[in-house]
Amino acid sequence: MTEEAALAALAPLFEEVFGEPVALAPELTADDVEGWDSTRMIELIIAVEARFGLKLTTREVDGLATVGDLAGLVARKAER
Amino acid sequence: MTADLHWLPAAPSDFAARLAAVEALPEAEAWDALKALSQTRLDPARTNRLDRVLQRRFSDCEAYGLALLGSSTLSHLAAGIRVGALRRDLRLTVVEGPYGQYREAIESETLRAARPGTLLLAPDAADLLGPHDPAAGTGDVTGALDHLKRLWDRARAVHRCTLVQQTLLPAALPLMGGNEHRMPGSLAARTARFNGALRDAAAEEGVDLLALDDAVSRYGIDAWHDPALWLRARQAVSPAAAPLYGDLVARLVGARLGCSAKVLVLDLDDTLWGGTIGEDGLSGIVVGQGSALGESFLALQAYARDLARRGILLAVCSKNDPATARQPFAEHPDMLLRLSDFAAFVANWDDKASNLRRIAQELRLGLDALVFVDDSPFERALVRQHLPMVAVPEVPDEPALVARCLADAGYCEAVALTDEDRVRAQAYARRIPTAGDAATDLAGTLAGLGMRLTWRSFDAVGLPRIVQLVNKTNQFNLTTRRLREAEAAALIDDPDAVTLQLRLTDRLGDNGVIAVVIGRLAERDLNVETWLMSCRVLGRRVEEGTLSALAAEAARRGARRLVGLYRPSGRNGMVADLYPRLGFTADGEGRWVLDLAGYAPPGDLPMVVETG
Repeated sequence: MTEEAALAALAPLFEEVFGEPVALAPELTADDVEGWDSTRMIELIIAVEARFGLKLTTREVDGLATVGDLAGLVARKAER
Repeated sequence: MTADLHWLPAAPSDFAARLAAVEALPEAEAWDALKALSQTRLDPARTNRLDRVLQRRFSDCEAYGLALLGSSTLSHLAAGIRVGALRRDLRLTVVEGPYGQYREAIESETLRAARPGTLLLAPDAADLLGPHDPAAGTGDVTGALDHLKRLWDRARAVHRCTLVQQTLLPAALPLMGGNEHRMPGSLAARTARFNGALRDAAAEEGVDLLALDDAVSRYGIDAWHDPALWLRARQAVSPAAAPLYGDLVARLVGARLGCSAKVLVLDLDDTLWGGTIGEDGLSGIVVGQGSALGESFLALQAYARDLARRGILLAVCSKNDPATARQPFAEHPDMLLRLSDFAAFVANWDDKASNLRRIAQELRLGLDALVFVDDSPFERALVRQHLPMVAVPEVPDEPALVARCLADAGYCEAVALTDEDRVRAQAYARRIPTAGDAATDLAGTLAGLGMRLTWRSFDAVGLPRIVQLVNKTNQFNLTTRRLREAEAAALIDDPDAVTLQLRLTDRLGDNGVIAVVIGRLAERDLNVETWLMSCRVLGRRVEEGTLSALAAEAARRGARRLVGLYRPSGRNGMVADLYPRLGFTADGEGRWVLDLAGYAPPGDLPMVVETG
């Protein structure tokens, strides 16, 4: 899976979790999105894990700074 | 395995659009639309999304309060609880205590002001029992249990509400293995021991349990607890399990409020046996020992029969020729269920929605008391569409798993078991022929029944049944006031309260306690705050007998008038004219008055009314 494909696949998950569409871009961070707090982050991770059938480790989650990082991580892990 | 709502149908593909459409609907329709969405298999994200709309639209309505207190993060569980309540047509608000401070929060002003109807205590194992202690010589858990009992006492004294205690989530890792119990200080062993002891203590104290340990044995610890999330956010229950957690909590609240289902309605062909009786004939259907498939259908029959023995009514709803449908019950030697096990039996060629209406009517119950089990996706969809109040589980194709699915769905959740529950099915089975007689010669039938209406004031031994009857009776109920066990207990010694529990026996047997009246003396009036009766004894003039008992007791206690009130609930239309029918006159302010000096019981009452 490419990073672009992962980003596109993440869009509906963001919409589910935030209750409205979020304009995703690789450089977007939690600070840019209203309501993206630690609780929301956990909901997002759980939605990602359920959707792609994978498990993100604590180290991987802590290493995420941008939506692009998340897309890259999903692209890498979903390959395997 | 995931801990999800697997018995519910999949969420609609246009979930987001439907949710958005709710915003524009008027209140009642918005509620129904949200309820319909809540009755689908929502994942955590959609549960939260639905909850946000629910909160926005219904924040200022009257609601049942649930206080959620514990030692770990709980805020991610509130949405699932609210949506679980919505699924049961209950408007519920969750009051959360401050993080970790459940002991202090019990008596806080915030919680007092919230006046919760239920208080849920959800501590985690390490908080209550401390860490692993390999050096400990004793694994005694009575200290922790006593501590918890004191919390229950305080909560009761302050809030007079229903208490729900969560059992400890068995998340501690074993240090020894399969024989962990041989190490007294092991947290895993002490958790198991504590959860065992909690059963007895909670039963003794009238505290309901939220059995998370049972749920873990069903779905696995990984589905319920994620160590990474525990360390990241102190979430003992994983958000992934939050929708199911919320449903488990809502079941308990619903059970106390009388929302649990009362009837299991079963299809026949390919549900209770394999094949089609109308085509395959008695020898062609698959049921009974000897084949895995035949035993699978028997397993569902056995589960249904056992549910009936604990108070759930059984009914048949089948598209079949009526005589053919009955044949296996009467003639097939391997069938476990017999015709006498059913309170209602409807087999014809009408649509199933109409037939479910008939069954509810015949049993004098609301449609929301029914669970409908059918192997056909078409029939399930039809019933869901036309009768959204009927619970219709998405049963698996594998017949061996159908009973498991029903158990998981928890439609019939109960918090207490009374003697009436154990004999209810027989009582209904007996009722079927007498209902037929009633149409031809009602007076003669009633006179021949040898009815005895025996009443006494509330007492401790009668409390569980009284509370159950008060909280689950919807139709013959003049005010639909609900009662907690503590409130009922307080009435026993209340000098201004006049309380009646009435038992009906007849030559066919004991119907148990079937009616309850609560009145309050004020000056020379007895204000009737609660009057209700089980619909099982409708049409037998029991309400007239009840009035004669009430009038006599009221006069003895010094009252000169009975003053009654009818509060419409949407479901109690059958008693709208009860007071005028019994000779009460309107006082012009919405109340009904009976002057005791001018009252005499009807001379032709077909029953003996006595105290005892």
